[in-house]
Amino acid sequence: MLEIAVQKRIGDFNLDVAFEAPDGVTAIFGKSGSGKTTLVNAIAGLTRPDAGRIAVHEQVLFDQVARINISVAKRRVGYVFQDARLFPHMSVQRNLTYGGDHDAKRVIDMLGLGALLDRRPAGLSGGERQRVALGRALMCDPQILLMDEPLAALDAPRKAEILPYIARLRDETRVPIIYVSHDVSEVARLATTVVLLEAGRVAVAGPVGKVFSRPDVVPLLGTRAAGAVIETRVAGRLLDDDLTELKFSGGRLLMPGYLGELGQVLRLRIPAQDVILSREAPKGISALNVLPVTITDIVAGRGPGVAVGLRAGDDQLLARVTKRSAGRMELAVGMQIFAIIKATAVDPKDIGI
Amino acid sequence: MGALGPNEWAAIYLSLRVALVAVICALPFAIAVAYVLARKQFFGRQILNVVVHLPLVMPPVVTGYLLLVVFGSQGPVGRVLEQVFGLSLAFRWTGAALAAAIMAFPLMVRAIRLGIEAIDPGLEDAAATLGASRWRVFGTVTLPLALPSILAGVVLGFAKALGEFGATITFVAAIPGHTQTIPSAIYGLLQVPNSGAAVVSLVIVSIVFAMGALLLSEWLAQRMARKVGR
Repeated sequence: MLEIAVQKRIGDFNLDVAFEAPDGVTAIFGKSGSGKTTLVNAIAGLTRPDAGRIAVHEQVLFDQVARINISVAKRRVGYVFQDARLFPHMSVQRNLTYGGDHDAKRVIDMLGLGALLDRRPAGLSGGERQRVALGRALMCDPQILLMDEPLAALDAPRKAEILPYIARLRDETRVPIIYVSHDVSEVARLATTVVLLEAGRVAVAGPVGKVFSRPDVVPLLGTRAAGAVIETRVAGRLLDDDLTELKFSGGRLLMPGYLGELGQVLRLRIPAQDVILSREAPKGISALNVLPVTITDIVAGRGPGVAVGLRAGDDQLLARVTKRSAGRMELAVGMQIFAIIKATAVDPKDIGI
Repeated sequence: MGALGPNEWAAIYLSLRVALVAVICALPFAIAVAYVLARKQFFGRQILNVVVHLPLVMPPVVTGYLLLVVFGSQGPVGRVLEQVFGLSLAFRWTGAALAAAIMAFPLMVRAIRLGIEAIDPGLEDAAATLGASRWRVFGTVTLPLALPSILAGVVLGFAKALGEFGATITFVAAIPGHTQTIPSAIYGLLQVPNSGAAVVSLVIVSIVFAMGALLLSEWLAQRMARKVGR
């Protein structure tokens, strides 16, 4: 558990945030320049806040009023930087053990680093570098793990290579993880909690499923990035059609390809712009997934679009339609309608464990 | 090298000793000052920068004169050194080493500072987040990565110390066998008729030393660059 309330002025920029991050992955999400890195540096002790308080597991790292400012070296913060920052003059082995050798064998196994130990950082690929950086941070037995856009410099295949390791970390260790990102797919896949920063302030904070399904968050995320995140369970496999059946509280979804074993929990991000609304149960359409839903919110944006919040069972979905359609369909809060989700609308990179 | 008499050999030996001692003694200070100038912001940083570079731009004779005033047997520092430590500098080879060190210092600081500034401070931050104290960060990250530039500073400083003339001759004169280094020996021989052969020999020795130092540093720098993995 991380408690943070900090203020920091850098030139014209003013960071003023306060939130609590429970165990699990807390994603700090926001556009570049929203103060994400400054915030993480304040937790690590690399930036000194002008005022505020930072505590991890009730241990105070910084308190302006009580004049406490634990030095970087004594904070026991594992920091994975965007650019890995491996020491170029040391082997992978020496990089890994620089801060300690806590649980070395397990970390090396979990991250698949065994074959790299004698190599030098210059000879590693981007993905390997980030894995080593992650291992190095873990081996100093951190009480909190900070990851500042650890995948931003990597291409999609490398990202896909590392994401499962981070998910494993989330599930297998009890270290709270602060994960800075501006990639909505990464956040949707990994995060337990989301803190949305805008211009140095917390715009929204809460569990990932709640935050991403809020219609008023659409303008903050950008219309393309907006989309609800729901938790589903693999309920079956339609071999003839090569589809996987997923169940969630709002009904059943069919998605292409093999997505996991029976009973496995999968997270799904359903982009708001790929949800179509219909007042009547549609007939004779190609889309496989039609869910009965209730309208909970209608939020008009600055542009031609309207964000519509939908309740499906206990879950929240989000749709984005034009103002014109919303008007013509006479959409109103409380109305029972149908949401149509095209099976191919969900990108494989938006499906996480 | 038959043209070299005992005085000339003494000058060669003395020059090497003076330059070596000067560089070795100046190096820790040069690294410290270079690090502070490269990494720290503090009041008086520009003043320190100017003071360090003064010997580079002042006439060497002026530096030598100031050394004489401060470190001479009547000077405030010189008197204390002589009475407390029994170390006298004026007109001794130790004084020649001090003069050489001060003249070489700015060159060493410049080279090392450039090297430290080229190191990503993010690596030092990363080391700190891994629990390393400031000294450990310096010793395990900054210093090893700055090694090629430290080497360059040492070679530059050594060459400068070997060639130092103005400040040395002003501070410690040119007493054969005691304070006469290669440059002052060459200058002295030029005042004496029929010493052309000895002058040429000393000039060749100077050139060989300079080239040897440069080649050695190039070779070491390449080896280190490979070790650092660039």
